[in-house]
Amino acid sequence: MSEVSAHAAHHAPPQGFIRKNVFSLDHKVIGKQYYGLGLLAVLIGMVLSWAMRIHLVWPNAAIPLLGKIVPTGAPGGVITPEYYLQLMTMHGTLMVFFVLTNVPFAGFGNYFLPIQIGAEDMAFPRFNMMSFWVTFVGFCVLVAAFFVGDGPALSGWTAYAPLSALPSAGPGQATGQTLWAVSIAIFCIGQLLGSLNFITTTLDLRAKGMTLMRMPICTWAWFITSCIGLLAFAVLLPACILLILDRLAGTSFFVPSNLVVSDQLITQHSGGSPLLWQHLFWFFGHPEVYIAILPAAGIVSHILITSYRRPLLSHKVVIYCMMAIGFLSYMVWGHHMFLSGMNPFSALVFSFPTLVITIPATILTLIWIGSLYGSNLQVNSASLFALGFVSMFVTGGISGFFLAQPSIDVYLHGTYFVVGHFHMVMGVAAIFGMFAGTYFWAPKMFGHMMNETLGKIHFWGTFVGTYCIFMPFHYLGLVGNVRRYSAFVDDYLAPLMPVHKFITFAALFTGAVQLIFLFNLIYSRFKGKPAPDNPWHATSLEWSVPSPPPWNNFGGRHPVVYHDPYQYGIEGSTGDYVMQDSPEQIQTVRDDKKLP
Amino acid sequence: MATTLQPPPIAKVPFGVRRLKQYDSEAPSTGVWVGLAAITMTFAAFTSAMVVREGSANDWRHFAFPTILYFNTLALIASSFTLQVARKRFASLDTSATGAAPTLRALYGTLVLGCAFVIGQYAAWQQLRSEGLYLSSAPSSSFFYVFTVLHALHVIGGLCGLLYVISKLHRAVLRRNTLSAASHYWHFMDVLWIYLLLLLWIRI
Repeated sequence: MSEVSAHAAHHAPPQGFIRKNVFSLDHKVIGKQYYGLGLLAVLIGMVLSWAMRIHLVWPNAAIPLLGKIVPTGAPGGVITPEYYLQLMTMHGTLMVFFVLTNVPFAGFGNYFLPIQIGAEDMAFPRFNMMSFWVTFVGFCVLVAAFFVGDGPALSGWTAYAPLSALPSAGPGQATGQTLWAVSIAIFCIGQLLGSLNFITTTLDLRAKGMTLMRMPICTWAWFITSCIGLLAFAVLLPACILLILDRLAGTSFFVPSNLVVSDQLITQHSGGSPLLWQHLFWFFGHPEVYIAILPAAGIVSHILITSYRRPLLSHKVVIYCMMAIGFLSYMVWGHHMFLSGMNPFSALVFSFPTLVITIPATILTLIWIGSLYGSNLQVNSASLFALGFVSMFVTGGISGFFLAQPSIDVYLHGTYFVVGHFHMVMGVAAIFGMFAGTYFWAPKMFGHMMNETLGKIHFWGTFVGTYCIFMPFHYLGLVGNVRRYSAFVDDYLAPLMPVHKFITFAALFTGAVQLIFLFNLIYSRFKGKPAPDNPWHATSLEWSVPSPPPWNNFGGRHPVVYHDPYQYGIEGSTGDYVMQDSPEQIQTVRDDKKLP
Repeated sequence: MATTLQPPPIAKVPFGVRRLKQYDSEAPSTGVWVGLAAITMTFAAFTSAMVVREGSANDWRHFAFPTILYFNTLALIASSFTLQVARKRFASLDTSATGAAPTLRALYGTLVLGCAFVIGQYAAWQQLRSEGLYLSSAPSSSFFYVFTVLHALHVIGGLCGLLYVISKLHRAVLRRNTLSAASHYWHFMDVLWIYLLLLLWIRI
């Protein structure tokens, strides 16, 4: 069988609306489905955060319509303390699992990884379709918690046992918490299928000439992330299974003896270890931070190089740093548990690799910033968001130095300092990566250019807005403002209310700015200027195919790769760049150095 | 200034690229290995959970294994042998005068032995239940059921894989790497079971 016919047999062209758009085997459609699901989840998560912020600063104010939608959680429109925690749980779970994991990794990764390595599709298209629909079912199960019994769980996105293991532990801890555990277990299965596909595709389906080091940095980031995800979700899944058994089958994995809940002695369970849940959860939970941030870092690197019109200072070092971060991410989970009651000596053991992991992260940052020097920066919405990512990553990362030290973390861990830290470094930074990716790749995905003016307004509004929200959190934490309280009625917290009001106004403003993005995305999708094949004069393979690409990506053609991924700043026949699949020989390289 | 390269400047064929011409058949093999890594991690997490849980309280209860577990183990080990026989026969299919029948016989033998293992595990659970040992009776019985049920589910997955392989062979479209991938998975289930049996035997 010839090479071409072997590829063509991968799967047949889709026929009919359902096969093309719903149960599609096409990795591009699946990528867009993940993106759409992430967009829906982020909108719900953002509205929940608004409700929480409004309640925090006006605890007795009735939020219009809320009383009718949730009569038990918000009687008369006023959120109860328990419902505040339920909103917080859903906000965290939606954002971490269904936004930060879905969009930069599963969404963009699904769409662009096969094209960037010159493949026709993923290695297992049916598994790929299954991974999305399994994830979608997980999303539906989670959101269903809003509509059952006394609402969703209130134990936070970390679902600490025994609070999460006992249905009698509070409102939402019955059906709501069960739905949470089932949803996350389903989500894990979807992610495992996705990771399996990403790894196999990267190893086996690369085009001729596409060596591992010739893969673009974002392809590397998706590959490393899928390796992290494969091992991390394989641990969260057993944890969820054990939690579900504790809740439904009467086992005692996480519930200790002699526990009194709501004035009732728990007699059905005994001898379990609450700490065991924390270990299992955070063994997943910390790598999850990198599952969110590494794809964004890869996307941003890819965009920055195109915008700088030169490669980063070292392609290999960037990849090795991402590998080091992925590896170290499995050694630091205990730094989330300095206050958990584990052996204090282990705090030192976890503190050290936590500080070590800042080294590759710092090198990455220095390379992103250092490569800017002497570059020919093209300022557009994508590059602005990419630089914004670097800013958020640095700001959030610096506060990590403090939290990595057990003695300081003991004071800061229960405060808004931690909220500011992880929102900056994991949440906002990854979301900036998503925005950068959207502005950069939307022309390829939808075939239309996005509006640049609206994009720049969106950037500046979001950039200023997020700093206004999350920088004051650090101050609040330093002065002792505890987190997870639904209202600040203590005397020592009352003077901080103006800061909280400022944050709430900033959150409402930043949320409103996102409507500009939404409008731009939808309007451009239909009315935007038609996108050429390579609007950014970029070098990687996704820009060698039409916008949007045909169902089999390269139209039956099999690209051959001749060059490293980022041949910018050179004399090519097309300008200052040479595409990866261009057979032309490069005579000179950037900075007038001769090729060896 | 640019000239056209002839031929492509690739000094040697890199890892993965040499598989390109036959990637339809290589991907299942890679996919199975990657999947086995995830399964290993899952059972490692359960193992560490068991060790931690055993030490967290003085309620660990030792109990005798149902004897049938050992027969089940023999059935599973035997199934690995029959599967290897199937692979050998399939490898010599082109030169064989008897066609695919010997391979199919060995595959059906594997299928029967695999089914016998799962049914035997069910009998073991029934025996424990008759002795009053349920999922929630003690932490040791909880882990026993969790490990054995999850392993049995994975074996059922392997049986589905075998059925897929058999159907492909019936239609004469079976690739060697598909059979290899299925057998790697099957042998892994065998090794995993021996590990679990030893672990449970030592701890319970």
